[in-house]
Amino acid sequence: MTTRPYAAMRRTLSVVDKLYEVNWGLVLLITIVACVGFAMLYSVAGGNLSPWAWQQMWRFAVGFAILVVVATIDIRTWLSLAYPFYGASLVLLIAVVIAGHVGKGAERWITLGPLGLQPSELMKISLVLAMSRFLHGKSVEDVSRPANLGLALAMIGIPAVFVILQPNLGTTLIILADGASLLFLSGLSWWWIAPAITTVAVAVPTAWRFVLHDYQKRRVLTFLNPESDALGAGWNIMQAKIAIGSGGATGKGFLEGTQSRLNFLPEKHTDFIFTNFAEEFGFVGCVALLILFAVIIGYGVQIAASARSQFGRLLAMGLTLNFFFYIMINAAMVMGLIPVVGIPMPLISYGGSAMFSVMFGFGLLMSVHVHRQVEIPRHSGGII
Amino acid sequence: MPLFDRKDKSRYATFTRRSLGMTGGMAAVFAVLGGRLYQLQIKNGDQYKTQAEENRVNQRLLAPPRGRILDRFGVELANNRRNYRVLLVSEQATEGVEAALDTISKVILLTDAQKKRVLHDLAMNKKFVPVPVAENLSWEEFARINMHLPYLAGVQPDVGQTRAYPFGAELAHILGYVAAVSPEDLKDNDDPLMSLPGARIGKRGIEKAYDDQVRGTAGVSRVEVNAYGRIIRELSRDPGVPGQDVWLTIDRELQRFTDERLGAESAACVVLDAQSGDVLALSSTPGYDPNLFNVGITPDQWKALTTDDHKPLLNKALSGAYPPGSTFKPAMALAAVQNGLKDLHVNCTGAITLGNHQFHCWNRHGHGGVDLTRGIAQSCDVFFYEVARRLGIDKMEAAARAMGLGAATGIEIPGENSGFIPGAAWKEARFGIPWQMGETLVTGIGQGYVLATPIQLATVAARIASGRAVSPRIAHTVGSVSQPRPLPDPLPFSDDAFAMVRAGMDAVCNGGGTASAWRIAEPGLEMAGKTGTAQVRVITKQERLTGVKSNGSLPWNLRDHALFIAYAPVAAPRYALSIIMEHGATAAHPHVQMARDILRFAQQRDPLKMRAAYPLTAAMSAPPAPHGDRG
Repeated sequence: MTTRPYAAMRRTLSVVDKLYEVNWGLVLLITIVACVGFAMLYSVAGGNLSPWAWQQMWRFAVGFAILVVVATIDIRTWLSLAYPFYGASLVLLIAVVIAGHVGKGAERWITLGPLGLQPSELMKISLVLAMSRFLHGKSVEDVSRPANLGLALAMIGIPAVFVILQPNLGTTLIILADGASLLFLSGLSWWWIAPAITTVAVAVPTAWRFVLHDYQKRRVLTFLNPESDALGAGWNIMQAKIAIGSGGATGKGFLEGTQSRLNFLPEKHTDFIFTNFAEEFGFVGCVALLILFAVIIGYGVQIAASARSQFGRLLAMGLTLNFFFYIMINAAMVMGLIPVVGIPMPLISYGGSAMFSVMFGFGLLMSVHVHRQVEIPRHSGGII
Repeated sequence: MPLFDRKDKSRYATFTRRSLGMTGGMAAVFAVLGGRLYQLQIKNGDQYKTQAEENRVNQRLLAPPRGRILDRFGVELANNRRNYRVLLVSEQATEGVEAALDTISKVILLTDAQKKRVLHDLAMNKKFVPVPVAENLSWEEFARINMHLPYLAGVQPDVGQTRAYPFGAELAHILGYVAAVSPEDLKDNDDPLMSLPGARIGKRGIEKAYDDQVRGTAGVSRVEVNAYGRIIRELSRDPGVPGQDVWLTIDRELQRFTDERLGAESAACVVLDAQSGDVLALSSTPGYDPNLFNVGITPDQWKALTTDDHKPLLNKALSGAYPPGSTFKPAMALAAVQNGLKDLHVNCTGAITLGNHQFHCWNRHGHGGVDLTRGIAQSCDVFFYEVARRLGIDKMEAAARAMGLGAATGIEIPGENSGFIPGAAWKEARFGIPWQMGETLVTGIGQGYVLATPIQLATVAARIASGRAVSPRIAHTVGSVSQPRPLPDPLPFSDDAFAMVRAGMDAVCNGGGTASAWRIAEPGLEMAGKTGTAQVRVITKQERLTGVKSNGSLPWNLRDHALFIAYAPVAAPRYALSIIMEHGATAAHPHVQMARDILRFAQQRDPLKMRAAYPLTAAMSAPPAPHGDRG
């Protein structure tokens, strides 16, 4: 290909210009949600900054820096870095499965510098990046071609297989959802989609029999009837519902949630932190938080819609959907709408990997926003 | 190659369309989440609030101290003692619970059954819950445990409270005992205290009768617990209401003397305040140690109690019903005087003939000329056959009932037998056969269908002594409320009648009568009484011809029961007594000797003259004003 990749750009921006272009309103909303997280971590620690809130604050600070730096890096740079990132994430993921140490019966962690990094968290962002890069060069017709579709499915499937091997059902679902969404957005033919849905309908019962671990099956069964085994596997979901429900209309008040303080809530500082929020701030607080999330998602959709490159659009929408899937799965699981699959609430749950990857994702989203005027030719990504 | 082609435009349109659709999907999901929150927090919020509160708050019952039982002078007959216990907390037993139990068993004795129970209890409870390993340890054992504590990881010495009966068997038949709550106890008792582990309930005696008052009201400690049940803090504490003390009319010293005097015999004795009916002593021997039932009776101990032919578990003073024999005669004598037979004179030839049947006097040779006083003094059966024949069963029945026989006395101790006084109507209804004159004669000497309990006989003695319808009462004050003690009504017999009967009973002891060999000789302390014998076996005609066997020559369980009722002092009676000695009718009259000693001790100690220690509000408890009749 002879065309210079950058020939089509209309403007070049200085770093100062780019910082000016950052959607600070969105950053503010993200920061507010993160502060809700700090408050909740302070609360579930019984009114203590340690062990969680303080840690989470500096993680957010690091994440904030990541966001700003990533936002100012040119979107075309991200385009060219998409595949290396994907490759690196995949290597780390495989390394975790092979050499990662065992914690909680699931091999999810790898020690990377001072941070315990969860490659599966990084993988979600990398997948969106790489899929956007791949689909950027494909026309609507191209997407539905078996060769391209096969490649795309391989991009989704390989990490999905390694994540489910960890095993981590929740993240696997998000990876599959992210990948499927991007294929859908880039125009995959309904002739593929309809049979795929049928296949899933057949595959799920099969997976139930041969793939899912006992504890995962138990979670599903427990979900279907939590009251049946109140002190066993149904305990978590029962207590989560009690915590949320007992918040009532206006909640018990900050630091007054008894369910988490008395350890009735499982994973109170990570996956189930939303229940503590619901208990202390009630229906009013929950709806406010959901609206906050909805506005952030709305920003993401708007950024996607205003980007001039297909890469930018797919990336922005993919990251927004990724963020949405986090919220949806976490909220639905703690409210007893779906089985407990182990997904944190983004920006609120305690955890380094999730915080960094979410902030990295927002950084990329912001980069799309900052470089929304940049047009990238369809074939510019021919060279990795 | 152009930078943008038409394909780009079409895929932008597709993207926009599909991303809008997905955004709509996201909005729908948010709506579902909001709806779910509405359902959980608004619609069912109250229900979940209750559940959260139930999660958080644990109510722990606090057992109040059980009320004491005291005698009239404040001596504690039943109290609460320290219960030295050893508890084991499994999470603190660093070398495992079995190793811990082995180490404990090197310090104090632990049976395999105990170990098994402890392991079971530990398995049933959370790891931080202390489980009792051994209770009711001696101070020495407890001290040893404390000394070895540094080597006993997870072991907690603990001091609780449990019921104690300091005088053991001596008061068993008055106090009863407490024991573990049985499922039947729970049926008609919803006191939350019953559900406490180690709860005790009164099973017999005063402990049962006043269980509600003595038990107290459970306190409640509301504690906040975490998900593992560990207590975080106490939210509120209601200590409950301690059980009320019960003050008995018993004089423990007299009780002790009575019990000791009865010794190992199968016997019962009741001593009453003759004027008020207050029970001063009530003994049924042999007794049992009520403490055994509290700490847990062993099968061997239980077997020993149930197979003993002296029936230690039976309260003979209340539940034993015996033919009163000649102790029935004073009541008949009262009826005789009341019905114009004051001057009845009978010539006793040793037997009386009715139709073709002979009715014998106990004295085969006859008493010769007998009047009422002599009839009582010599216990002449022929005289009372004649009295009975003239009175008829209806008047006899009325007199017996007036004296307190044939119906429960109403003493507060549960399990009282009401005895039995036959009547013509009863027999007709029961057997469909008319009452026979022969039965009237037999009833006249307290045999046949007549049955009486020792407490009823003591009541008879007190009624003769006081001339009033006194009834036995044993609970004087419960908490600070003195129990109602109505002034006893006069009896439907004339002063004249009482005077004659008392004279007869005086003569029994002091006028050469049947008990004169065992009279109280001390001037001013003399007793009046009436002996009695209750036949246990049927004397055949054959035996009567060859000579009735003496009781001493018979096996113990075929000998007659020996009875005696008495009051003292003769001049102004204040103590009334009845005694029965099962199979004790021997020539030496051991039961009369016992009665003599007991009445002498009672008068010499004279608890009625001593100031009782009942709580101050006991204004109603003043003994009934003495009335004129002191025949």
